[in-house]
Amino acid sequence: MWNFPLLPDQASTFAGRVDGLYFFLVALTAFFTVMISLMVAFMAIRYRESNTKVNRDNPLPENPTMEAVWIGVPLVIVLVIFFWGVNIYFAIARPPANAVDMYVTGKQWMWKIQHPTGQREINEIHVAVGQPVRLTMISQDVIHSFYVPAFRVKQDVLPGRYSQLWFEPTKPGIYHLFCAEFCGTKHSGMIGRVVVMESADYERWLAGGSSNGGSLGQTMADAGAQIFEAQGCITCHKMDDASRAPILKGLYGKSVALNGGETVIADEQYIRESILRSGAKIVAGYGPIMPVYQNRISEDELMQLVSYIKSLGGPATGTPAATPSAAPASETKGTPAAAKPAQNVNEPSRNK
Amino acid sequence: MDTTSTVERVSATGIISDTIRTNFLNADYGIKSWLLTKDHKRIAILYLISITVFFMIGGAFAAMIRMELITPEADVFTSEAYNKVFTTHGIMMVFFFLIPSIPATLGNFLVPVMVGARDLAFPRINLLSWYIYVIGGLFTLTALVLGGVDTGWTFYTPYSSTYSNGYVMLTGIGIFITGFSSILTGLNFIVTVHKMRAPGLGWFRLPLFVWANYAASLIMVLGTPVVAIGIVMIALERGLGLGIFDPRLGGDPVLFQHIFWFYSHPAVYIMILPGMGVVSEIMACFSRRHIFGYKFIAFSSLGIAIIGFLVWGHHMFVSGQSSYAGIVFSLFTFIVAVPSAIKVFNWTATMHKGRIVYSTPMMYALGFIGLFLVGGLTGLFCASLGVDIHIHDTYFIVAHFHYVMVGGSVMAYLGGIHFWWPKMTGRMYPEGWGRFSALLVFVGFNLTFFPQFIAGYLGMPRRYHVYPPEFQIYNVLSSGGALVLGIGFMIPLIYLFWSLKYGEKAGPNPWRAAGLEWETTSPPPTFNFDYQPVVDHEPYNYSEIDARSSATVSTHSVQEEQHV
Repeated sequence: MWNFPLLPDQASTFAGRVDGLYFFLVALTAFFTVMISLMVAFMAIRYRESNTKVNRDNPLPENPTMEAVWIGVPLVIVLVIFFWGVNIYFAIARPPANAVDMYVTGKQWMWKIQHPTGQREINEIHVAVGQPVRLTMISQDVIHSFYVPAFRVKQDVLPGRYSQLWFEPTKPGIYHLFCAEFCGTKHSGMIGRVVVMESADYERWLAGGSSNGGSLGQTMADAGAQIFEAQGCITCHKMDDASRAPILKGLYGKSVALNGGETVIADEQYIRESILRSGAKIVAGYGPIMPVYQNRISEDELMQLVSYIKSLGGPATGTPAATPSAAPASETKGTPAAAKPAQNVNEPSRNK
Repeated sequence: MDTTSTVERVSATGIISDTIRTNFLNADYGIKSWLLTKDHKRIAILYLISITVFFMIGGAFAAMIRMELITPEADVFTSEAYNKVFTTHGIMMVFFFLIPSIPATLGNFLVPVMVGARDLAFPRINLLSWYIYVIGGLFTLTALVLGGVDTGWTFYTPYSSTYSNGYVMLTGIGIFITGFSSILTGLNFIVTVHKMRAPGLGWFRLPLFVWANYAASLIMVLGTPVVAIGIVMIALERGLGLGIFDPRLGGDPVLFQHIFWFYSHPAVYIMILPGMGVVSEIMACFSRRHIFGYKFIAFSSLGIAIIGFLVWGHHMFVSGQSSYAGIVFSLFTFIVAVPSAIKVFNWTATMHKGRIVYSTPMMYALGFIGLFLVGGLTGLFCASLGVDIHIHDTYFIVAHFHYVMVGGSVMAYLGGIHFWWPKMTGRMYPEGWGRFSALLVFVGFNLTFFPQFIAGYLGMPRRYHVYPPEFQIYNVLSSGGALVLGIGFMIPLIYLFWSLKYGEKAGPNPWRAAGLEWETTSPPPTFNFDYQPVVDHEPYNYSEIDARSSATVSTHSVQEEQHV
């Protein structure tokens, strides 16, 4: 208890940048607080009532020039901070193209994580140093917030809508994962660990299976493909025949024209919504014939379906060209660029 | 000493202070004369008593929070109980203490006197507002007694609308009802300031306290209905299953946050603007100078009130709202910092070549400046998109808003209570105890809340019942500070009560202060003035007042009076 930590670990590419602005703000706060407090203290002492010797002639009159200075200077300073903050914000808002996907489901009071390669974890997420990770997150009940102080990132996890978060770990270690949005009785128990490993260790971990006993051996996309068949999606959404329903191959990330003239980007949120409430956004040229799947598919299964549809490929953005990664992760173990398990989901040979 | 100071008061004001003359306190006796009063001063006293009760309830719950958090584990409460404790603390302090604090007590008492009117424009509506406040408070207290509510004072959906098992609706009804008292008070102030100013009292001769309450009134009238609508929406969803916020019913949970903060961020300015008005009055009086930059301070109040309506989304940078919305809200938040800076600089300049008197109100005002500086500047951290992502919903935010709400509003409130206590009661409080408790509050406050900045940047989330052990040291410091702060708040409660009977009689103007309220007797008569006041001079004419009193009274007696 008797140590006084001042900063959390710096374990992501954002940490240094956020701390840089933080230090600037601390310095600014200290400067103005000390400056004005000293001025106040100086005048409180010098012009104290009992001091009759001090010169009180010609006190400061109202002075528009001084007002202009102390309006102008703070305005310039706050605008500098504003742009600085926006700059960092853009970096945090835009995941790089080589980020691997992971999927997070929040519920009262636990975090469930799915790796594209099939590993599933609870209240723990294993990631590799130097490998950007993009989380697609949803809540099964109330609003939660995924917060890793050592990474300086936080994003609310909403029911009914995917939100996303990305980070690139820079330092191996075990870090706090907190729920930052009050979510009910055991809010403060909705915590976990982020385990950042060296690439080689991470590959070993992937090969060794999930610590929480997940279904290794079946990737998320494979699991999604099974649901796709079991739910009968495949009877209309055929691979080569668009007569009853749009072809899903190459859909992800594409711009889709809707009935009524609008267009929409086929991102995770759009795919999710179209499965649950097919009538919300109907592709141009089709009728509202698809059944509603709300309350028939769990959030975890939905993520597998989304993962499957993403694996069917799409325009260049967000889906790096597939390398032959159908081989089990153990075969890629040890290669320097190995920590890219997400490429499994882009494997087109699983389309059936 | 008594004789000289009486002589001086007579000469300074031209009014004979007769200690047994009729005033608003002794004009009538009996419980009915209070409960059916239309006198704004009596209603202010009713408000003063009731908000003090709510402050003590809120403070007791704060003490429970600090007690629980001394160790990282659960010691005193279950998680369920702890969540209800911090929720109750927030609801009591925000809706039933901070929002009505300065406007409903000092504002109610002083605005009509300061504009030279007999009463507020609508005295019956003023009394109604107090009853509404009390009824709303009783609903919320009933919810508390029945078992409480655990949503946090922010009532985020869908937790509050669907999942929480607490008495959300009863609490919500209480807040809904109380909102109307706020609207009625604001309405009353706006009409009074527009229509009832004394002859000669132009807009730029108004005390800055009136400007500040006027600006806060605009927010009360325009903002409060929106939070009321939000509560009705929760009721419709909870009661009738109408899908507004819960996505399973087709609603949008983030919509509630927009509605809630559209009111609740400007509400922060309802709390701080009147406090800034109090500080302007105190700084001028105890610097014995005309306030520096009168118009800049006056218009900065209006600026804060207007821009304050455009910043609510800064509570939602990580909520999933559009990134572009986040950028706009961040920009406006930075801009709203500028008018606050204007005020601080002008107050500081007011001291230049002044004649500084270290009275209790001045101690509170100086403390306000220091704490508001920290509170305001740490607001820049929160406004900054990149940093806020990290500190949002951590103890950094808790520390920041306590610096503004307690370090700002409560310090100003206590300063104002001391400054106008002689006017309200006709009695002086004990100056030595006053200074001592002001110092205690300042030290205790900093000890309580400064460590929370560090705990927050380290990543300690707010509303955590149990927490990782590395945060403990900062929580121990914080709990220790809370004890000091609590004592600092108890002392004035005791001596102010004591002074009602034993305090020295004050006379009409013990501070030799400017402003119409000091021209009438203490306590003022029921209709405030025995004559129609006419204003023929600028506000804050301290140089004239001091020149006049030094011409008639020897320096010796002036100094002596200051040491009373």
